[in-house]
Amino acid sequence: MTDVQLGMPALPATPYPEEVHARLAADAAELISRYPQARSALLPLLHLVQAEEGFVSPTGIRFCAEQLDLTTAEVTAVATFYTMYRRRPAGKYHVGVCTNTLCAVLGGDQIFAELQQHLGVRNNETTEDGEISIEHIECNAACDYAPVVMVNWEFFDDQTPDSARQLVDDLRAGREVRPTRGARLCDFKETARILAGFPDERPGANDESGAGGAPSLAGLRLAKGEALPGTGGTRVVAPRHEGTGHEGTEA
Amino acid sequence: MTSAEPAEKLLTPVLSASWDDSRPWTLATYRRHQGYEGLKAALAMPPDDVIALVKDAGLRGRGGAGFPTGMKWQFIPQNDGKPHYLVVNADESEPGTCKDIPLLFANPHALIEGMIIASYAIRCDHAFIYLRGEVVPVLRRLHAAVAEAYQAGLLGRDILGSGANLDITVHAGAGAYICGEETALLDSLEGRRGQPRLRPPFPAIAGLYACPTVVNNVESIASVPPILARGKEWFKGLGTEKSPGFTLYSLSGHVTNPGQYEAPLGITLRQLLDMSGGVRSGHRLKFWTPGGSSTPMFTDEYLDVPLDYEGVAAAGSMLGTKALQVFDETTCVVRAVTRWTEFYAHESCGKCTPCREGTYWLVQLLKRIEAGEGVEGDLEKLLDIADNINGKSFCALGDGAASPIVSSLQYFRAEYEQHLAERRCPFDPAASTVWADGPRPGHQSATEREVHA
Repeated sequence: MTDVQLGMPALPATPYPEEVHARLAADAAELISRYPQARSALLPLLHLVQAEEGFVSPTGIRFCAEQLDLTTAEVTAVATFYTMYRRRPAGKYHVGVCTNTLCAVLGGDQIFAELQQHLGVRNNETTEDGEISIEHIECNAACDYAPVVMVNWEFFDDQTPDSARQLVDDLRAGREVRPTRGARLCDFKETARILAGFPDERPGANDESGAGGAPSLAGLRLAKGEALPGTGGTRVVAPRHEGTGHEGTEA
Repeated sequence: MTSAEPAEKLLTPVLSASWDDSRPWTLATYRRHQGYEGLKAALAMPPDDVIALVKDAGLRGRGGAGFPTGMKWQFIPQNDGKPHYLVVNADESEPGTCKDIPLLFANPHALIEGMIIASYAIRCDHAFIYLRGEVVPVLRRLHAAVAEAYQAGLLGRDILGSGANLDITVHAGAGAYICGEETALLDSLEGRRGQPRLRPPFPAIAGLYACPTVVNNVESIASVPPILARGKEWFKGLGTEKSPGFTLYSLSGHVTNPGQYEAPLGITLRQLLDMSGGVRSGHRLKFWTPGGSSTPMFTDEYLDVPLDYEGVAAAGSMLGTKALQVFDETTCVVRAVTRWTEFYAHESCGKCTPCREGTYWLVQLLKRIEAGEGVEGDLEKLLDIADNINGKSFCALGDGAASPIVSSLQYFRAEYEQHLAERRCPFDPAASTVWADGPRPGHQSATEREVHA
């Protein structure tokens, strides 16, 4: 549920320092130029200010409004509609555990429960050292790799409670972790900048990890006559041009 | 087709054919697999002929609704003096659906080539990819592939000397399932809250910036280049008469080998399970979805339903996104449906009352039933609320929210009643996890090998 904070009306947000404002304004101009109408750049601009501060602050909202000639109310209405825009700072590593039905049933619920206990934080909270924030997320289009955990929106597939605990421990200790699909992790702010529309410029990042894990290639392998794991160690399908004795097989 | 046929005869990798090649996300590899041959064929034809070809081939939308792609293109008024837009819906978020993301991760050029062809056909010189934000690895590959296409003269001015121009803007969303609904997507792309629009006017008349707009799913557009390269007869030779062609079936859940299986339309779940190692060892199928959580669920009695648009509809559900989520006998159907319903309540955009209020109350009822605190009459109340959402909401999200409830009560009413009678959930969630019976054989190691090879 959304937090509703009652109280005195907020004062107008303070602007970014001049140097920051100038830098972001140049980025904003680049993003706006990619669309026939400026307002289309609002979602990218919100990612951009999130890249600056780690969340969408009143200052960031004011900045977006100024760039697009909107009111801060109009920008706030949009920013609060989309779940990826945070209203509180995220950790350096934002960990999302899928708890939609399929991942939940396959173990996502247990992973999320144990991670919260392990880190001592609850949903949408950040550890005291500012390293890890945690959130349960909806289906992330990786059901064939369930249960799925995302870190800064890179895929960590086929997780267990143990592997997820190890993952956050490694992150907090500064040890390098590799996504099963995706590039070396960058921090949450750097990730937000890619989301704003500025390509990842780290050399080789695009080529890291393969084209997909075993599930992505399962059908292709079968079609080529290879066996899939867990099918008794024997070929369950015929290699091309070999008879199998199965009914309906033609050489 | 019989299920005894070997997989190599049942499967038809087209979009996935290059995924095991070296760096298939690059232009060089894509070209080795007939990449951009379809574009050359298209540019040699008048645009109207391209539309006619795609229409004649019978390609239908792969995003769930199954609307003929060529007809969508044909609806764009020509010589109207307005800009035309192509918007690719890459907001893949329907629970269970996981085909576009692996496709774009492995082979983004398949989409880009399809976009150039579609844009040429509808006379559009600025196209957009609306990618859900939560998939940065795919965004990275799209950024790189679009840049590569510009460098190769496949995007920009005078593409391959044809005189056609096209710019592609890659746009990342920010977490909202509703933006998969095409008019909500357009509002979102215009920088607004993603809420669906009243139709008519349809996007073909007044879409992005009130201009004629085609909104197509990733897989639909990516399926276009092979049709141009290999011809409509080849395409119609696959699948069934009314559902021609090939498609990605995504198998997930309690199965031995979850994954992507590209096959002609009309294959059955029994065939897919037979070839891939079946339901996980020692267990049996309980229920499954043919095309994501919004499509009414099936039981093991429906294993032989042809998975094409007509076959699944005739059996009382929808082909949807071909997201085959398989659940075995350890799974509590009330828990599964409760979680899906929480998803719909969370993602309801709030625009219309039946969906906004109805999904909220469905969650309250389901949670107390699951917790063993339900009371007599709750099941009737569930059905009543679902009936007040289904068909009475502003968009299909509401219909989708009703589907799992109505279909699960149709097949598993006794299980709901058991929750009421015993005042508890009779299932152990630990038994449903992938590690309940030890590690999934070979699965983890295969993933490791693939990724770090």
